[in-house]
Amino acid sequence: MMKALMFGWEFPPHILGGLGTASYGLTKGMAMQPDMQITFVIPKPHGDEDQSFLKIIGACNVPVVWKENDWNYVNHRIGSVMHPDEYFWLRNGIKYDFTRIYTNDLGCIDFSGRYPDNLMEEISNYEAVASVLAHQLDFDIIHSHDWLTYPAGVFAKQISGKPLVIHVHATDFDRSRGQVNPTVYGIEKRGMDVADHIMTVSELTRRIVIEKYHQDPRKVTTVHNAVEPLPDVDSFTKTPRKDKIVTFLGRITMQKGPEYFVEAAHRVLQKTKGVRFVMAGSGDMMNAMIDLVAKRGIADKFHFTGFLKGRQVHEMLAESDVYIMPSVSEPFGISPLEAMQVGTPSIISKQSGCAEILTHAIKTDYWDIDAMADAIYAIVKNPAIYKSLRELGREEVNNIKWYDAGLKVRAIYDSVL
Amino acid sequence: MRNICFYFQIHQPLRLKRYRFFEIGQDHYYYDDFQTEDRIRRVVEQSYLTANRTIAEMIRSSNGKFRCSFSISGTALEQLEQYAPEVIDNFKELSKTGSVEFLAEPYAHSLASVFDANEFQRQVNIHADKIEQLFGRKPTSFYNTELIYSDEIGELVSKMGYKSMLIDEAKHVMGWKSPNYVYRHAYNPKLKLLVRNHKLSDDIAFRFANLSLTAEKFIGWIAALPAEENVINLGMGYEVFGITQPAHTGIFEFLKALPYHAMEQQMNFVLPSDFTKKIDPVDTLSSPSPISWVGNDKDLTPWTGNDLQQEALTKLYAVSERVNLCKDRPLQHDWLMLQSSDHFRYMSHKDPYGTNYETAYDAFINYMNVLADFLERVDAQYPTNIDNEELNELLKTINQQEKEIENLENEIKKLKTKAHKAT
Repeated sequence: MMKALMFGWEFPPHILGGLGTASYGLTKGMAMQPDMQITFVIPKPHGDEDQSFLKIIGACNVPVVWKENDWNYVNHRIGSVMHPDEYFWLRNGIKYDFTRIYTNDLGCIDFSGRYPDNLMEEISNYEAVASVLAHQLDFDIIHSHDWLTYPAGVFAKQISGKPLVIHVHATDFDRSRGQVNPTVYGIEKRGMDVADHIMTVSELTRRIVIEKYHQDPRKVTTVHNAVEPLPDVDSFTKTPRKDKIVTFLGRITMQKGPEYFVEAAHRVLQKTKGVRFVMAGSGDMMNAMIDLVAKRGIADKFHFTGFLKGRQVHEMLAESDVYIMPSVSEPFGISPLEAMQVGTPSIISKQSGCAEILTHAIKTDYWDIDAMADAIYAIVKNPAIYKSLRELGREEVNNIKWYDAGLKVRAIYDSVL
Repeated sequence: MRNICFYFQIHQPLRLKRYRFFEIGQDHYYYDDFQTEDRIRRVVEQSYLTANRTIAEMIRSSNGKFRCSFSISGTALEQLEQYAPEVIDNFKELSKTGSVEFLAEPYAHSLASVFDANEFQRQVNIHADKIEQLFGRKPTSFYNTELIYSDEIGELVSKMGYKSMLIDEAKHVMGWKSPNYVYRHAYNPKLKLLVRNHKLSDDIAFRFANLSLTAEKFIGWIAALPAEENVINLGMGYEVFGITQPAHTGIFEFLKALPYHAMEQQMNFVLPSDFTKKIDPVDTLSSPSPISWVGNDKDLTPWTGNDLQQEALTKLYAVSERVNLCKDRPLQHDWLMLQSSDHFRYMSHKDPYGTNYETAYDAFINYMNVLADFLERVDAQYPTNIDNEELNELLKTINQQEKEIENLENEIKKLKTKAHKAT
């Protein structure tokens, strides 16, 4: 039996970014190994998480300061998400004085579980929770997802002496386009230095970890992400319409390269009729993009939808003839895989981690608007390439399974134990 | 008596330049001359020159007993003429020795034999003319692009007057039969078939260095074959000498030592035309669907296996008749160059041998942009909204009108001279 203690930050259904989706997929894939037992810690569960294949512990329900409470009161307060016996048992794991931290009547910390302004404080509070869990829980290995949880993982390793593997879903180099925040870099670097092994979601990220964080290449392994099969995939249909639709979907930020999409659209529209472009999502560059579209004089063919969520995302993808992700730096990038699941051909930048595992997608440099325009033109004008990308792409994505990624992670566990 | 029939293939495609969709209708030049020249010079310097020198010496020192044949595509000949005329001179010299035969093949190294019988015949004729013009003799043996062969293609080849044809050893065609005999076409006894010995050919082409092969060992293997097997056909790309197997592996020394060891074992070197003239076939071979010399399956999938390739080929060959009505020379030339099988090979997801594109999709997008421009040019001459029959009728009328006018003019002349005399 392999018992893994994982520290995460998000878990579906309440997610803010790709981290939650990846955490869910990976743990679900790993749980298919019969001798795998996963305890997944997140700052603040909502109680509606799927716990059928792992156990979720909410850091906000773990006492870090000893408070005397009676069973019924605890049951009344947190009984819906944690059994009172578990609370009392965890309380025995308090070995340090954390009274400097503000705690509630149960001795627990109120986590937001989001990305608040006092994020650094939440990260260090998460460490305190990790210390209690490390003393009290029974586990073989510690697995930390992304930099927010590295300090917790490191502390748990120091207390328990159990090996630590960290999972790099992104680095600050991707988020900041090179303008790294020194505090964040410090946390990331320390986590990597202490870890017994580092997993990255792509070769691209692996190289950053080796080159920018000075890690020994032998200690860094790539485990590409996969994609969960869509249970209701057939419910997403494509309405027949006169114009072809080319879609950008994601946060409209510098990292995602939205301006290259607008320029490529301009190129295509100079030569062709019957194509419309959609920019779905929101972000700090949205207004600048609206300006750019107006300046290029293509506003009649270029549409903004605002933020989409849940089912709307897949509906938008399924209605599109082309999905495009011109990211400047994307550690993995799950959305092209989601587009391909619903049969939409994808154009992705070579600076995306997912480009490493996809054959049936068009790859261009993010800055190469000519190549991007050329690819858009080909797909909307030529049914043969559309059909190839649609059919072979769907088949390809359906064969990228979390179970396989889980096996790779397991092999890494085995190697450090 | 054991006979060895050596033949070498030379082909290099014209590389297409990066051609974006917004250039369609604007730019009618499709080739990357720099890349093409760079490639041809590299292969000439590392392979062809040394190989030609070696073969010339082998012929000389064996008193003409070493013989081999070449199949050089029209596309490659054009490039050699332009970028490496010294190689053409070499071949002319070799041709004079009488120990070298040049084979006919479709001029553009195309798949026309599969998609368009008329175009196939036309290309074979242009190629044969070109060979005659350069080397003074019309070819009589045939080597199809990538050794593609089927009963149907064999029939076409025979109709064009070729007596023998080279094909590859495909398991499903050969069955238990040995490649080391002369065979004949399934139902046309006039066409004799020489089957490439797949294992021995590839031992040289792909496994030479790994096997640490020596001429003595290699000839030893041939000598050890059953005595009644009378011809060993060894076919490979000419660039095997110097590129696939670089000079430092000793490939040229190996080649040079072959005649000595072969003659020591009383073996002959033969040319396809001479040899098949003298020998009666032992049996027929039947290949209802086309075979080629590529891969384990030896079929057409490397060029026609996916939707992209099918689409490109269909669109290309749909205008065949129209293009051949054109008198526009640049258009005619582009038509040939766009037919190179290489363009379609690069669109293969699994086996894009020799590609300069990053992916099959990239190859397809670029090719289709070029083709779109080409089709527009064809359309400008002969609009596609007129169907082929109608077009032929119109052309006939025009041609007849010309003749008619000519006749009438002649008559006028005659009458005038008559009138002149009369006065």
